[in-house]
Amino acid sequence: MITGALFGLDPLFAPGLHWVELLIVVVRVLVAFGVLLVTVMLMIWFERKVISDMQSRIGPNRAGPWGLLQTLADGIKLFFKEDLLPERADRFVFKLAPYLALLPALLIFTVVPVGGMLTIAGHRFELQVVDPPIGILLVLAMSSVSVYGVMLAGWSSGSKYPLLGSVRASAQMISYEAALGLTVVAVVLTSGSLSTRAIVASQAHGFWDWNVIRLGFVPFFLFLIAITAELNRPPFDLVEADSELVGGFNTEYSSIRFALFYLAEFMNTISMSAVVVTLFFGGPDGPIPRFIPTSDIWMPIVWFSVKTLAFLFLYVWFRAALPRLRYDQLMDVGWKALIPLSLGWLILVAAVLVWHWWGLFVGVGEFALGLLLARAFKVGGRRSGEHNLGGAMPEGTR
Amino acid sequence: MAPNLGFLGGFKLTLEHLTRPRVTSQYPDEKRPKQPRQHGRHVLGRYEDGMEKCIGCELCAGVCPADCIYVRGLDNPPDHPVSPGERYGYVYEINYLRCIHCDLCVEACPTEAITETKLFEFSFTNRSDAIYTKRELLVGDDGRPQHLPWEDWRPGDDRFTSGWMRATSPSGAADYEGRVQWSGELGYGVRAPEGGQSGRRDDEATGTKALRATMEAHLLDVDIPFAHRGMRGRLWRAQLSASRAKAKLADRRAARRPAAQEATTPTGAPGA
Repeated sequence: MITGALFGLDPLFAPGLHWVELLIVVVRVLVAFGVLLVTVMLMIWFERKVISDMQSRIGPNRAGPWGLLQTLADGIKLFFKEDLLPERADRFVFKLAPYLALLPALLIFTVVPVGGMLTIAGHRFELQVVDPPIGILLVLAMSSVSVYGVMLAGWSSGSKYPLLGSVRASAQMISYEAALGLTVVAVVLTSGSLSTRAIVASQAHGFWDWNVIRLGFVPFFLFLIAITAELNRPPFDLVEADSELVGGFNTEYSSIRFALFYLAEFMNTISMSAVVVTLFFGGPDGPIPRFIPTSDIWMPIVWFSVKTLAFLFLYVWFRAALPRLRYDQLMDVGWKALIPLSLGWLILVAAVLVWHWWGLFVGVGEFALGLLLARAFKVGGRRSGEHNLGGAMPEGTR
Repeated sequence: MAPNLGFLGGFKLTLEHLTRPRVTSQYPDEKRPKQPRQHGRHVLGRYEDGMEKCIGCELCAGVCPADCIYVRGLDNPPDHPVSPGERYGYVYEINYLRCIHCDLCVEACPTEAITETKLFEFSFTNRSDAIYTKRELLVGDDGRPQHLPWEDWRPGDDRFTSGWMRATSPSGAADYEGRVQWSGELGYGVRAPEGGQSGRRDDEATGTKALRATMEAHLLDVDIPFAHRGMRGRLWRAQLSASRAKAKLADRRAARRPAAQEATTPTGAPGA
């Protein structure tokens, strides 16, 4: 019974638990795990290939056809490498950290609906591992937990670059978590539910009902920026920052532990792309050619995959096109742009939901407030700039 | 390219790159054509009669900034001289762990004995292998460079190796290009001069044709002058090749009449 509750089935078990239901749960978990791992493998290949195409290079092309097995080869290589444990490392935490990074990535993916409903042997279930009523909260929680993986890895290494990386990680992720949460609240307000399945269902009437359009694009862009920061992907990869911090938090890691971080990073990317698709692009929603038999089962999965792939490409594109932000720029974007904007937009969405068109007046008020705020920032920035360049610097340093 | 791409410019540029030809070559499978003046490993040349060019003067060792050349000269044995001069290079060693391939030795050599080939594979695994002696450096009886076990030769790799690569004119006189100022070599004869940008340029003879083709394949429209694109470009190329043919003909005519005055410098590229 406890196991059943864990699996997210009917917690009361009024009709009892059939072995087929258990089997379906196990199969769902295994399939999700396997698919995610294979996707990560392909994603690493995809990223390396696309980024090299964008840089007029060739990229991996030796292992397997088109270098498809490159990730596998790298994994095997890393597996047989020496696993170094720094002398000054906190041994337990050092070993724990990679799993702390990896597990949340896996768990986030479990709540993502990848398809519609399926009926096997009289048992009707949705194509996702679990659909807890607090689905999207689990995503937020897990993305926060994965910070611990990065943070503890850097801290427990007993080395300066990883420590700097982990300090950056904690600051960066705390700053962007707020904007992330506020944009998710906007989605939850319109959908009226925390369950990912319900959020997807509320957008299932055509693309004009997708949250990206319904909420007016701004929350989507804010969310995209926030999760890019949350994922430590370029241009927000200050945590790793190869050119400044060697490898950042994972500098001291080697062998399979390093591979786990690598895996976690890409798994997070995939999971978060899937979350964006779920929250803003209707998940598996899309036109279904009903004249093809069984297309209502596999077509949603195809739609979901295509949308997720588009976002994966976008992340690679970000990496190719954008230079890394400086630390203060990162904080500026997070605190002075993302959080006020997402908060303002959330209030606007709430006002429109309550007062309909009259709610737009709130938006006008916010705009005026925003102008005042921008003015304040500008004046304050000028003053602090004057102060810093004034007498504070010792003679001869200018 | 615009100096400031802006925010979206970076995205556009990276996307454009998806369709551009790759600059990477698959090295062990294929070799890219080399630059006409590439500085590879050295060879010690022979005259066309098989005599060694090196006279053991040690000027190369003296000029070497990396101090990697060791030469000892010896008087030629009177009954079977090794070089046409009084002395010959008895010991000749180059330490490739020190050599920086600056080509100063090549410039210092009074007999063009030492030249640099385009062979670049130095994958020796111990220090003593890194010191090339006369056995490795001296060209063979057919004039070809020695094929060392770690060098991965492709057909033609030994062909455009030496001599003619020194196209720099004395005192930088721009109109001095395209003239031979070196002696013949065993197996190859007198090397053709590097053409520079004049109409006398003969890419076939200097082995730069493949290189030019590769480089042109990587040019974008924005890199090509407006006059060289499309129909106008085709016309320009036709005029260019015509002027080259004319220049070649004039050269041949001048060569046939040695008493006659040297042919006037042909016109350069029209419209350039």
